[in-house]
Parts: sequence; C-alpha cells; structure tokens
Amino acid sequence: MGVEMTSAVQATQLTAEDIARLRRESRRENWGRAWYKFSRNPLSLIGAGTIIFVVCLAIFAPWIAPYPEHVKPFTDFANASQPPSSQHWFGTDEIGRDILSRVIYGYRFSLTMGVTVLAIVVPIGVVLGLVAGYFQHRWPDTLIMRTTDIFLAVPPLILALAIASILEPNLFNAMIAVSLTWWPWYTRLVYSITTGLRNEFFVTASQVTGASTSHIIFREILPNCVSPIFTKMSLDMGWVIIIGASLSFVGLGVQPPKPGLGTMVASGTRYLPDDWWISAFPALAIVVVVLGFNLLGDGLRDLFAAEDG
Amino acid sequence: MTEPILIMRDLKKYFTVGHTGVIRRKPIDVKAVDGVSLELYAGETFGLVGESGSGKSTIAYMVAGMHRPTSGTIEFRGRDLFEGGGGRPLDLKKEIQIVFQDPGSSLNARRTIAQNLAVPLRIHKPDEDVISATLRLLELVDLPPSYMYRYPNMLSGGEKQIVAIARALATDPSLVILDEPTSALDVSVQGKVINLLMRLQRELNLTYLFITHDLSLMRNIASRVAIMYLGKVCEVAGGAEFFQRPEHPYTQMLLSSIPVISDEEEALKPAKMVPRGEIPSPVNVPPGCSFNTRCPYVFEQCMQADPQMIELHSQHFARCHLLKAEN
Repeated sequence: MGVEMTSAVQATQLTAEDIARLRRESRRENWGRAWYKFSRNPLSLIGAGTIIFVVCLAIFAPWIAPYPEHVKPFTDFANASQPPSSQHWFGTDEIGRDILSRVIYGYRFSLTMGVTVLAIVVPIGVVLGLVAGYFQHRWPDTLIMRTTDIFLAVPPLILALAIASILEPNLFNAMIAVSLTWWPWYTRLVYSITTGLRNEFFVTASQVTGASTSHIIFREILPNCVSPIFTKMSLDMGWVIIIGASLSFVGLGVQPPKPGLGTMVASGTRYLPDDWWISAFPALAIVVVVLGFNLLGDGLRDLFAAEDG
Repeated sequence: MTEPILIMRDLKKYFTVGHTGVIRRKPIDVKAVDGVSLELYAGETFGLVGESGSGKSTIAYMVAGMHRPTSGTIEFRGRDLFEGGGGRPLDLKKEIQIVFQDPGSSLNARRTIAQNLAVPLRIHKPDEDVISATLRLLELVDLPPSYMYRYPNMLSGGEKQIVAIARALATDPSLVILDEPTSALDVSVQGKVINLLMRLQRELNLTYLFITHDLSLMRNIASRVAIMYLGKVCEVAGGAEFFQRPEHPYTQMLLSSIPVISDEEEALKPAKMVPRGEIPSPVNVPPGCSFNTRCPYVFEQCMQADPQMIELHSQHFARCHLLKAEN
C-alpha cells in the first residue's frame, strides 16, 4: 500500500510535457542512429540521391522539361533526328521531338507503374503471408501458400505478356498484369518471417495475456516484417520498372505518342546504330532509375541488418 | 500460508512425436508430465526443480494456459483452469502471468518498452491512462521513466528481464510463473533480479511458481520445493529441509553435484553421492521407478513397480521404495 502511494506520487511528478519531451528525445536519438548507419555507406547515399532526383524530375516535369509540348502529338520534321546539341541535350527523335523532355515525362509513367504495382501488391501479399504464417499447418496456410505456388510457377514477364495481350494494351492493364504476378513474392517473404516469429516468446506472452489474433498479427508480428518488406520494395521498384519498360518495348504497355521509356527505346531501334541517341538515352534513363533503387535497397538491407545485430 | 491458491491433480501432458509401424500405427508419446499433483499456497514461492527434459517448463506452460493438459486438472482458487473447451476467460488470464527465460525473445524488439507494456494494460485495464500506468510500472521495478520510448535492444539483458517482469505485473496478477527467469542472465545481474522479485512478492503479496534447475538458489528463496524427474515429482519438502534431510536418492545426487569451493562447504552437504548416467529420453521411460537406471540403491522392486508418493514426515513427501513414513 505504502509503495503504491509513493510510486503514484512520483509518477505524477512527470508532467505531460516531460513525457512528450522524453518521447521527442528518444525519437530523435533513434532517427539519428539510423541516419548515421545509413549514411556511412556512400553507395546507398548515391542511390537515395538518385531516387530523390528522379522523383523530383517526374513531379516537376512540366516546369523542368525544356519542350513540354513535345510530349503531346507533335511533329517537327525540320528538326528530326538531330544529334545531342545545346538546344536538345539528348537530341531529337525521328519526328523531331526533344528526347530529354520525353525522358523526363517518361519517368512519370515508370514511377507511376512502380508505385501503383507495389501499392496493390504489398498490402495483399503481406496480409496473406501474415495470415498463412500465423496459421501454419492449418487450412489458411495450405490454401494461401498453394495458391502462391501456382502463381509462382508462371514466369512473371510471360504471364504479364499474356494478360496484357488479352486485355487492351495500355499502362493500366500492364500494371494489373504485373501486380497479378508479383504479390506471391511478398506472401512468401512474410510467410517465412511469420512462421519463425509465431513461436517467439513475445507472441506467446501476448497470447497468455489475452491479446486478440489481429493484435498479434498486425501489432506484434508485422512490425518485425517491416524492414525486409521495405528492402524488397526498393529492390522491386527497379524490377517492376524494367518489366513495365519491357511490356512497353513489345507494345503492350505505354502507347505512343505517350513517352514510355520502353516505348521510346523500341521506336529508336529502327534507327540504330546511326541515330543511336533515340534509343540510348531512354535506355540510360532506365538504367539510372533501376540502379538507384537497387543501391537504395542494398543500403536499407545493410541498415536493418546492423540494427538487428 | 493456509489456503491453496493452485491445485494440480494427477496432471498429465503427452506430446505425440510420431507413429510406430505402418499398418498398426500406434502414437509415440513423449510423456512430458506424467501424473503430477501439487498444491501452491497463497504468498509462497514454490520451487520446481529438475534437469532439462524433466517436464518442469511444461507444467509452467499448462498453468499459464499455453498447453492443454492431456488429463488431470489445475484449479485456481477453486476454478478449473481448463473447464469448457474454449480459451481461458480474461479474468483468469489476468490472475496468472508468466515471465520467460530468454528476455531477448520475450519482448518485441520492434516496439518500444512503453508499447510492450501497453499490451496487457490495454486489455486488462481499459479505463486507466496507459501512460501513467506505464510510468507506475517502471517505478515499481526501479527503472527510469526515460526507458519508456526506448527499444529493447538498447537495454541490457537484466533490464530486459525486469521489463518482462513489469509486463507480467501489469495485470495485477496473484500468481506469477517464473520460468528460469535468471538462468539467461549474468551472475552479477541474477542477484539484482532475484532481490527485485523478492521485494515485489512482499509488496504485492504475489505467489511464485519458480521453475529452475538451480537447487542452491531455491534454498534461499523457496518456501517449498518439488524435485521433478522424467515428468514425475520425486520429492516435495520445505526449501531449507531439503538441504538438511534429502530423502530421495535423486535429490541426494542433485545436492552432491552442487559445485562448492572449500572442504568446509563440502562437509555441509548432507550425503555424498556420485552422480552417474544421464536422464533417459522421455519417449522411452524405463518401467518401474523411472530413476532405476541411475539409482545406486536400485533393487528388484524398482524394476517392477513405480513407487507411490508418501508423506515421510510433516510436509515432506517422497516417492521411493526405500522410504517409509515415520510413525
């Protein structure tokens, strides 16, 4: 009784401001530590810088692109197939459109594709993986994991090609096609983590104290899956952009005259090797963004590995 | 010390680990706990001692509600803990809490100390302010309030275990199961945690079911101790009584194997007995008395019949063919 009294008095000596300050300080400390670890690896900084740069290009394309009107139906045969110059840094294509402007706009399609596909795929894949993993050896496990096996048996690009060619070829259907092939990877990743965590004592402790299944899955297990999920998302952005560009390259993604990076590479191949810049710069743009996401993903992986160690 | 708070009656837990043969398949069972009857009194520290594989943790997990017994009952204040088929009601979960051996895995590493402590608070004290309840808990176990927003990996092993103890106390339980709470800790920290546990017991009037393999620790803190061997209890007596009058050959063997430094200490040990052999696999328990493979006094009867538990003298029980009740 005596202790109850004193501890209550001392606990109330901390004001709400004190607690808020504690929270702020701890948060700053945690972020500072994370940033320190992340920033020690120059490659991940380069990756992060590249991604920020590309995202800014995509967002502010109308203000950055030197010839925004070249993205719409436009021809200027007088200036067709110009090599790189001070007016057109990346040169012009076979009908006189500025390639730099179209590459900048092309990033919009690539990033939209990547973000949308991951926004569809990650929640679905993660929730299914959590449920299957938590109910390991029971029917949800069998149902979900055998379904993912079926989807994984088909190569993603081939399935995406099949779906995109059945439906009308455009960016939206390409995103649906890639999403259908991509969620099983997240299910598998989260499933393997969850099956390892469900027997950890912190899960048992919440069960013993009476926590609900949804609390255990989403508040106890999910936070432990976040770092591998983020790492995979970053690496996958690159992959999804490549698949999107591949679909565009074979004519099943972004349709001309819209400036998809894959579409631009495809249209330029007819003029190789003389007018190399028509294909080369969009291709280089793909390389830059994919490399950026991969470096960022590697950096995140190292960061999270160091955190656990 | 008079009213039993927890009563186990003929408690059994078998785990099926496989099947024999192909056509006439019979399950192969591990008899982790095989007919244990114990009583815990309110406010005491009851030590449950045994080697690895003796079934002591399985008993803890059944009391905590993680496993259902194969047969037998556990009563808490007269209520059957496994009545009905469903889960344990919340008001019983509130009364019985558990602290695990490994503090590294018993706290969620991706959630702050405050979030870890909030789990039982939100379930069992929905009307209370979580932050002030968390602060009170940290105060109770002598941890600074600044730990609230830290992550478990920023704490030492001992501090993590103290947080785990605080989490167990969050529901105001009356029975706390301590499953080897100090065996994963440095020796220097063990004493601190034990002292904290003893202080909390006095202040909050807790009953402890203390699972351990450290018999010498029990001498100092347990009011009564039960020795387990291969899923069965072989001796129950008061904590100090064990060291003065160990009756069961297995207890004598355990006491002999406590390491001591000086000859004076060695002389304090009641009976000398050289430990031999290893605990047999619980899949293949020998017939008769399960200790007959290692007992130096083994004779014919031990191979045939499993001895019954008898009260040798007041509050001292043992299960051995050699022993007879006084009076």
